[in-house]
Amino acid sequence: MKYLERGYLEKDELPPFPSEERLKKRPVAYIECPQPIPCSPCFEACSVGAIKMDNINDPPEVDYEKCTGCMSCLRVCPGLAVFILRLREDGKGEVTLQYEFLPWLNKGDKVELLNRKGEVVGYGVVNWVLPPERNDQTSLVRVEMDASLIYDVRAVRKVRE
Amino acid sequence: MDGRLVDHPILKFERGKEVTIYFNGKPIKAYEGETVAAALYAAGVRIFSRSFRWHRPRGFFCAIGKCSACMMEVDGIPNVRTCKVYVRDGMQVRTQTGYPNAEKDIFALADKLIDRFYPHGSHYTKFTNPLIRDFVLSQLRKMTGFGKPPKAVYEGKAKHEEISCDILVVGGGPAGMSAAINAGKYGAKVLLVDENPFLGGQLVKQTHRFFGSAKHKAGTRGIRIAKILEEELQKIPNVMVLKETKVFGIYNGGKEVGAVQKDKLLRIKPKKIIIATGAYERTLVFENNDLPGVYGAGGVQTLMNVYGIYPGTRGLIVGSGNVGLILSYQLMQAGVKVAAVVEAMPRIGGYFVHAAKIRRLGIPIYVRHTVLRALGKNKVEGAVIAELDEKWNPIKGSEKKIDCDFICVAVGLSPAHELLYQAGCKMKFVPELGGLVPLRTIYNETSVTGIYAAGDVAGIEEATAAIMSGRIASIHATVALGYGGEEAKKELEEAVKDLQEFRAGPFGEKIVSGIAKCMLSS
Ligand SMILES: Cc1cc2nc3c(=O)[nH]c(=O)nc-3n(C[C@H](O)[C@H](O)[C@H](O)COP(=O)(O)OP(=O)(O)OC[C@H]3O[C@@H](n4cnc5c(N)ncnc54)[C@H](O)[C@@H]3O)c2cc1C
Ligand code: SF4
Ligand code: SF4
Ligand code: FES
Repeated sequence: MKYLERGYLEKDELPPFPSEERLKKRPVAYIECPQPIPCSPCFEACSVGAIKMDNINDPPEVDYEKCTGCMSCLRVCPGLAVFILRLREDGKGEVTLQYEFLPWLNKGDKVELLNRKGEVVGYGVVNWVLPPERNDQTSLVRVEMDASLIYDVRAVRKVRE
Repeated sequence: MDGRLVDHPILKFERGKEVTIYFNGKPIKAYEGETVAAALYAAGVRIFSRSFRWHRPRGFFCAIGKCSACMMEVDGIPNVRTCKVYVRDGMQVRTQTGYPNAEKDIFALADKLIDRFYPHGSHYTKFTNPLIRDFVLSQLRKMTGFGKPPKAVYEGKAKHEEISCDILVVGGGPAGMSAAINAGKYGAKVLLVDENPFLGGQLVKQTHRFFGSAKHKAGTRGIRIAKILEEELQKIPNVMVLKETKVFGIYNGGKEVGAVQKDKLLRIKPKKIIIATGAYERTLVFENNDLPGVYGAGGVQTLMNVYGIYPGTRGLIVGSGNVGLILSYQLMQAGVKVAAVVEAMPRIGGYFVHAAKIRRLGIPIYVRHTVLRALGKNKVEGAVIAELDEKWNPIKGSEKKIDCDFICVAVGLSPAHELLYQAGCKMKFVPELGGLVPLRTIYNETSVTGIYAAGDVAGIEEATAAIMSGRIASIHATVALGYGGEEAKKELEEAVKDLQEFRAGPFGEKIVSGIAKCMLSS
């Protein structure tokens, strides 16, 4: 459990990514929650049974074929550990994540893209948001970025003009 | 300067009417609903008192009435914990230690001189004449500053009100509320008391979504769980709630309980008692750990999330348990910078996902590190941290200066066990559970029949477990009083099983082994 010495996952600790083919088909949930903790709202939120969890302490595992990308798990995860990934036809990539800071993000906003260690790895543009008031003050934001970045970008910060 | 938060992503601060209080004679703006300590802090006051002997400056620490660092004279009454009294227009607040006051104290010189000229205990060796010694001692006592007690002595008998109930629940946190709901729903006559003017206990400052299962309200924010539980309570007519009511003693094997409700004395006669008084924060030994600016993590949460007041501009967090990690995230949400999180253990103590949340926002987490000292004269102006070797000694040359104006100590909680102890329950020191805890059955009944413990006071865990243990204790007590019938008995066994399953993972291991050390057979 080396990740507990750092607070972030290294490549070899990440769960397997969905195939490129799958990522192109439709959005899919990618969950970074490797530690056994007594937590299960993601599992309970998934209506198609795409999240496997044997008991409340079992870490979630996503069946990428069953997952429809509906974002129900993303809305409720208290660990901010769910990311919805997608590769678009036009070669761009998208990551949808939870956002709970001021100023709130709006469609069209330019954002800094941060990796798991908080390093800025590029810039992206918000292309959809679920406003905070629709999800008990946790906004969901979808950010458009270079396709190669969707595997690393895990937070965003508004670029102040 | 106004140190109050206006915008917050999660919270809305609805402040009461603006009032003026007087601090050492100086007018200070405050809002109804704020505690005196909160209002003073917002106005920039950092020194609340002076230490007894060296007259070192002291700020607040816990913000929940447990540490006494904030004691002042309020409207002529000495030794009032200012973090527990609410402002009123025209209120006169004075510091009671230091001369002329705690902020500017000429006796602060003592910190430099006293040990040289007047080492510990030297009034016994220096003043051998008893008359002179008595005089010196009385002067010394004045200097320590426990205020000026009123001269009048109360004569006669105290008036009191008597209340009878089936089950008395002490503490309105998640454990206590759950206990009251579950006993109330089977028809028991329940009295729930809490010393605060609000219910919720620790939940009221927890803006994050909770872990656990959806069945136990996971994915819901702590602040909302408090509201949901309170609404459930209000629906049960046989549950009476008394706020601002503090229980101070349990007598006659639990048949009589003393409490004060504001200025009124209550004599409660319950058939069963459930103690759910929660916990308080521990501190940590390091150089200058008494400087204003070294605060308990929960104290900072209270200031920031309950009263909407900035604790500072840049904080250092000591301890990487869930409390430290969550607090770091909450500070960032309030727009306060976090310099770093330091952890003495070789790995992060809380949930990985909580650590990942702040790490990806660029906050460094230093494991195998500790804080060596706080810097600053009258308040924190920085800190020095260092790496630890295998034997927990700081490694020379690894010191790092951290730029910060406050330090949050998040090194764990200890059960608020006093009432249980006083009531005569057998206690045991169990490190896995956070300190002194009562021996108990699987139904949380202590060695004194009819007195139960639930929630953090029975062992430091978290809110879901607190809710579950409150449910177990109260249903057991309810059944013992003859309410609920078969249905209640069945629910009781289910509740026990639920909690066992919840604790089955690696995070529950410590708790389970701790509980095994203080189990009574039922
Ligand atoms: C920063 C932080 C983050 C946390 N995060 C989580 C989380 O994500 N998930 C989770 O499940 N848990 C979490 N917890 C833990 C959870 O909040 C506590 O375990 C839980 O509140 C304990 O409940 P309790 O009812 O035992 O005690 P408390 O909530 O502490 O309530 C005790 C109550 O008793 C009252 N009281 C005490 N003495 C007396 C007296 N003599 N007379 C009258 N009233 C009295 C107090 O005023 C208080 O209201 C967190 C805690 C902290 C501090
Ligand atoms: S995105 Fe929807 S379908 Fe996919 S795992 Fe989450 S809840 Fe299930
Ligand atoms: S809800 Fe989030 S934190 Fe909880 S188990 Fe699922 S992914 Fe992990
Ligand atoms: S008692 Fe008031 S700050 Fe601790």
